[in-house]
Amino acid sequence: MSIRLRIISEMKRIAAEQKVALPPLDDDLSLHETGFDSLGFAILVARLEDDLGIDPFTISEDASFPLTIGDFIKAYENVPA
Amino acid sequence: MSPRETFTLRDYLSPDLKDRTISDARQLVSLTNILGQTCMGGRLGALAGRSVLLAVADQLLSAIAMTEIDGVARRMLLCPPDFSPDHIQTLIEEADIDAVVTDHPARWTDAGVYLVVAARAPATATGKKVKFGRATEWLMLTSGTSGVPKIVGHTLEGLTGAIVADGPARGAPPVWATFYDIRRYGGLQIFLRAILSGGSMVLSEPGEPVADYVARLNARGVTHISGTPSHWRKLLMSGSAVGFSPRYVRLSGEIADQAVLDGLSRAFPAASIGHAYASTEAGVGFAVNDGLEGFPAPMVGQGRDGVEMKVEDGSLRIRSTRTAHAYVGRNPAALTDSDGFVDTGDMVELRGDRYHFVGRRGGIINIGGLKVHPEEIEAVINRQAEVRMSRARSRRSPITGAIVVADVILADGCDARRSDDIRVKILADCRVSLASHKVPAVIRFVSSLEITAAGKLARHDA
Repeated sequence: MSIRLRIISEMKRIAAEQKVALPPLDDDLSLHETGFDSLGFAILVARLEDDLGIDPFTISEDASFPLTIGDFIKAYENVPA
Repeated sequence: MSPRETFTLRDYLSPDLKDRTISDARQLVSLTNILGQTCMGGRLGALAGRSVLLAVADQLLSAIAMTEIDGVARRMLLCPPDFSPDHIQTLIEEADIDAVVTDHPARWTDAGVYLVVAARAPATATGKKVKFGRATEWLMLTSGTSGVPKIVGHTLEGLTGAIVADGPARGAPPVWATFYDIRRYGGLQIFLRAILSGGSMVLSEPGEPVADYVARLNARGVTHISGTPSHWRKLLMSGSAVGFSPRYVRLSGEIADQAVLDGLSRAFPAASIGHAYASTEAGVGFAVNDGLEGFPAPMVGQGRDGVEMKVEDGSLRIRSTRTAHAYVGRNPAALTDSDGFVDTGDMVELRGDRYHFVGRRGGIINIGGLKVHPEEIEAVINRQAEVRMSRARSRRSPITGAIVVADVILADGCDARRSDDIRVKILADCRVSLASHKVPAVIRFVSSLEITAAGKLARHDA
């Protein structure tokens, strides 16, 4: 499964757990429009770290948190394997 | 003080009580004839009035040495086997130690202690009679995980207060066992119960497989046994409980949640099961025998047997004659508040007509500025039929600073292939029962969890 698909499927799983109705996850959807709160993103980042072995937001001290779904996915795709 | 007013352990070791023994995995010693024996090769008298460090690795030898030293020495400091040698010098200074009883005398030649007495296998005592009239102060160490432990001062009268209040056990004298080491408060209580009850004692053995320990408990006819909830979960997990049938099962030292109480009553249908509240500083507070977690709210206030309890700033406070009388040292901290109450640091919450333990004050994990007791989360996870035990802890998060994650051991017979379904079930119950920041973000299934030497679930992030 591609990184993109893993991220989308984990978001759907967390949304179901948190009873959040996700809008269509287009690349330019801003993260706060997903309906996730900061705890939701904290859960997502932790599970992706376990799944993919990377946490792009801790690796780089000065990484700013992405604003859109597309930027969020890119943050994972851009981490060198 | 005349000998009549001071009682010592020897007063409970009458040669008239037959068939009493104390045993470990390697040997069995008769308690019936123990008064005619010594493990100190005629040097007990040299300990009169001294401050003695009891640093004997062997638990059985320690037990016998305690019965000899009590009533002779001014004070006796019990050193648990896992004690770090780095702290020895500090202890010697803080407790004014001027004698050591040890089974490794060579290690003590450079410690600067005036008198080193070698402890050896018990042999018939000969020579001059030793006087046993002194009220020896019993010193114990707190079981904190970091730094130099605190030294806590007790009297034998205080240590045995709850045992005397409970009165003698009905029926034949009990055969006691404990998972604890008897140099710790929880284990010492059981050793003292065995001595005062006229019964026998089976000691634990570090590193012994659970199945071998249970075989030993059966072989020696153990009727009464105590341990921490972690000890008991480990026994239940091992599958070794089958065929073991004690009359009394006791839990202490950690929160006894409903899941472990129910697990024990299923495993030991013929036993009465009680959970006791005790700590090295606060002594034995109370025991709860109704099979339910927590304790009835009316116990707070002027309680039974001279134990008073109050709840202040969320923590349980205890005042009684069973608490330690002081911390011992050069500049000891105050053990009690100005009214004589010991703050246990154990946080409680009133739910309906019972108080429930929610965790340690010092064990709080901080989740995005919100305080969380890991024990509260574990209690919810543990009540799933598929779960044997769990540990909640904090994990660093770049988003919220920290999140809760849980490590879970599945119950035996539980199909690991169902782990995804079980995870969903655990999370669903957590969401119903806990505030959202307490719901684990990640649940990991593990095959074991670390238990400390004191028998408690290891918590590294507390």
